[in-house]
Amino acid sequence: MTHVQHLKPFLRKTPFFEPIDRLMHGNGWIRWMGYYSPAFFDSEQSEYFATRHGASVYDVSPLIKYAIRGKDAARFANYLVTRDLTKVKPMQAAYTAWCDDDGKMIEEGTIFRLGENDFILNAALHQLHWLDESAYGFDVEIEEISDQLAGLSLQGPTSREILQQMGVQGIEKLPHFGIMETTVDGHWLRIDRAGFTGDLGYELWVKPQDGIWLWETLFRIGDPYKIAPMGSQALDWLRIEAGFILVDADYTGSHHALRPTSRVSPFEAGIGWCVGLKKDAYFVGKRALRAEKEKGLSRHILIGIEVEGRKPAPGSFLYADRAGKQEIGITTSAMWSPGLKKNIAFAKVPPSFVKPGTQMWIEIWYPKEHKIERSMVKCWAANRMFYDPPRKKA
Amino acid sequence: MSKSFDAIIIGGGHNGLVTASYLAKAGLKPLVVEAGDQLGGCAVTREFAPGFRSSAVAHLLHALHPRVVADLGLEGQGLRGLCKPVGTGLLLPEGRRIDITHDAAATAASIGAVSKADAEAYPRVMARLGKLATALGTFLTRTPPNPAIAQNDFQTKLALGMFALQLRMLGKKDMLELTRILTMNVADLANDHFESDAIKGLLSFEATLGVYLGPRSPNTVFNLLYRLSSFGKHGMGGLYQPLGGMGAVAEALAKAARAAGADIRLQAPVERILIEKEQAVGVVLQGGEEIRAPIVASSADPQRTLLKLVPPGELDTEFLKRIRHLRMNGCVAKLHLALDGLPTGVTQSDGRLVIAPSINYVERAFDCAKYGRVADHPALEVTFPSLADPGLAPAGKHVASILFQYAPYKLRETPPAVVREQVLDRTLATLEQAMPGLAAKVTAAEVLTPHDLENRFGLSGGQWHQGEVTLDQMFFLRPAAQFQQYRMPIPGLWLCGAGAHPGGNVSGAAGANAAREIIKARKNGR
Ligand SMILES: Cc1cc2nc3c(=O)[nH]c(=O)nc-3n(C[C@H](O)[C@H](O)[C@H](O)COP(=O)(O)OP(=O)(O)OC[C@H]3O[C@@H](n4cnc5c(N)ncnc54)[C@H](O)[C@@H]3O)c2cc1C
Repeated sequence: MTHVQHLKPFLRKTPFFEPIDRLMHGNGWIRWMGYYSPAFFDSEQSEYFATRHGASVYDVSPLIKYAIRGKDAARFANYLVTRDLTKVKPMQAAYTAWCDDDGKMIEEGTIFRLGENDFILNAALHQLHWLDESAYGFDVEIEEISDQLAGLSLQGPTSREILQQMGVQGIEKLPHFGIMETTVDGHWLRIDRAGFTGDLGYELWVKPQDGIWLWETLFRIGDPYKIAPMGSQALDWLRIEAGFILVDADYTGSHHALRPTSRVSPFEAGIGWCVGLKKDAYFVGKRALRAEKEKGLSRHILIGIEVEGRKPAPGSFLYADRAGKQEIGITTSAMWSPGLKKNIAFAKVPPSFVKPGTQMWIEIWYPKEHKIERSMVKCWAANRMFYDPPRKKA
Repeated sequence: MSKSFDAIIIGGGHNGLVTASYLAKAGLKPLVVEAGDQLGGCAVTREFAPGFRSSAVAHLLHALHPRVVADLGLEGQGLRGLCKPVGTGLLLPEGRRIDITHDAAATAASIGAVSKADAEAYPRVMARLGKLATALGTFLTRTPPNPAIAQNDFQTKLALGMFALQLRMLGKKDMLELTRILTMNVADLANDHFESDAIKGLLSFEATLGVYLGPRSPNTVFNLLYRLSSFGKHGMGGLYQPLGGMGAVAEALAKAARAAGADIRLQAPVERILIEKEQAVGVVLQGGEEIRAPIVASSADPQRTLLKLVPPGELDTEFLKRIRHLRMNGCVAKLHLALDGLPTGVTQSDGRLVIAPSINYVERAFDCAKYGRVADHPALEVTFPSLADPGLAPAGKHVASILFQYAPYKLRETPPAVVREQVLDRTLATLEQAMPGLAAKVTAAEVLTPHDLENRFGLSGGQWHQGEVTLDQMFFLRPAAQFQQYRMPIPGLWLCGAGAHPGGNVSGAAGANAAREIIKARKNGR
């Protein structure tokens, strides 16, 4: 976590800064992409449970957004990313990876198709240089529009009712990963049904000057629906339960890797399903990815594991045997899930260990009475999507 | 098209013809599609004024590889008889000159009139450089290895081993000298060995010809060695004036290709390479005609092939960036003069005349190019092809074929059309001093700037070698790391022109190497 004290003169404020600051009880500000961003309000537990049982609001304005438009935008976007975008219709969004020449993942994120040749790509890291270079020969315009949209992620079982009460017509018909645009109280609003929590939820985008209106309206109308503001710490728990990987936590973007070997492919990052090897068109890295798939070159795969006991196991080594002679992998994200009552983690393991149920051993170091203790316990390969309620897509 | 082909070769330049010949000899049915109305690419003879003909671009033959000559039976097509060896005359201020010919004693006497020390040093130094160049030249007809040694097949490993052995066999002194000078600039090298401006100027010219570098730029010794490698057993052993112009070489190659069974089509410009399911499966000509074949080999330069002919979205981002960033800033303009008669000072035995009287002269000419301007005082290479072959001009008249260095492709303010005027004016002004009365004898002139070369011959940037020959664009880095073995990332697509290893000059080496790799891949079913 980055403390912001010494960064205050430089950090920018999203349109939601003031209302968030008023609700923040502790010193919860952190830095995200040069903006103030809340890590927590009072406790991550309460924010976590608000999301799972009511609704939470998280400021996603700092996300980097690129508009991709022009005659060749559809062809270009399909060349840029690994998913087959011919299957994504206008006013639909898709989660996808994008790779370098070697099929190593630069990043993953959501691409929104607003029209035939009109896209927005959301990214956590700066990508303009890469997009510009990749666009050579295509008739497209790429523009960073990060400042032109302010966004709140409204997640949780009551999120849909809140939007209905707010007067969003037709929100009940919006499918998972659908996009709609509407006007409420004279304010333009774009809504997509996606998020980072694995729950029923929406992302709401407005013009920056309408930010305060959106915030106040949500909290006024959402009050009976247990609406609560949320910070990134609770979000981290939610996304681990939902199986979502996070750049710099679960993998290093290929442009930030210090050694070529620390880059990973989407297969290795456990999102091989995003790789449209069957799509009609070429995309950056496809030849390398096809070779990886066909020749079985993936070195390891990021899977979910369930761990015996209750001690969270971040950065823990996995072994094939109890004696710890054969080291096979390491965990990245890990947590005790308060909702699932399970000890869960993401782990990089060789392809031969990914089958759900495969038993491995894990070495966990934990503090106890001013000492550091070691435990070697069992763990099992599991579906990384630990939490997947039907309402997410219903 | 009713006929079916095993391979399509884009470009009927000399390398395209060489590739076609080798493929046809291996039993394939190749088709050469050439954009222009003549074969040879930059190795052609054209009429530039009524009754006056000249090599349109390349004009002196030195690099044609003996292996290619032998394999394709070019002697049988009359090649040797087509060529006349030429010496080099250095035109110096105040009407002095040095003549370097095959006659060692006369050469020594000629240099000795300017500098006794240089007369003694010249044959010795050139022999040593030639020896080093010949050692490097072994790799001209080899496929560059993969830098990850383990990834090479047995043959390549063997070749690498032989290469290392050969360097070793140079002896400790020469090997150290080679490592010392390989990346160096030619001005320092010239100062190491010579005292006269004239010889240093000549060396500066030889080492910078065809590259966007001045004598004090690093890498110029490498360019010199590259050139010298063809003056030994890996080339023709010296400079030759092809009778009938460079087009005669292309004709011999075309004959060989046809005799081997290759089909050739002229005025068939490829608009794009046909790619289906990420495989190159043929070409689409301007006008829409589709021709299919499982192998497409392009002798057009790498930028034209990969950036223009391959449609966007078929190649990876970083690879394309590498190709876009190839240094392709051509800086040699070509001039052709129709002359009423021979200028004073030019003798019947003259082959090649060079105006590059000192290191600084060449460096200053380069300075202009560095700032995007045409050289005020150009370094020139002048030949009178009609001396060797009077048939190139009407009776009693002559042709001059001139290389002008530097006229950069990348210009700062000068419009390309003005470049043409400047090149002509400055050439005539420079020549008038060396050969008084020449300007008055000029009845017609043609200037081809790098822009013209690009437009007429499809040569991106007008670059001599289809991509500068410098250490970072050579060997296993040509045209880009990991794609040095003629095979491009798109299955079925190959490069077979000067833009691939070992680079330019009328040598046929790239075409021959590419053909060997294509045939090997076909045999291995890849
Ligand atoms: C000014 C100048 C002077 C030179 N002087 C000498 C010299 O004296 N001696 C020497 O040895 N070398 C010289 N060179 C270098 C030499 O000319 C080249 O390196 C050599 O000719 C390259 O041969 P190539 O077959 O690889 O390519 P090219 O000769 O460039 O042939 C490429 C062919 O592809 C064709 N083509 C391109 N695009 C298409 C398309 N879309 N469809 C169909 N056809 C296409 C072109 O028309 C051309 O015929 C000189 C170069 C320059 C620029």
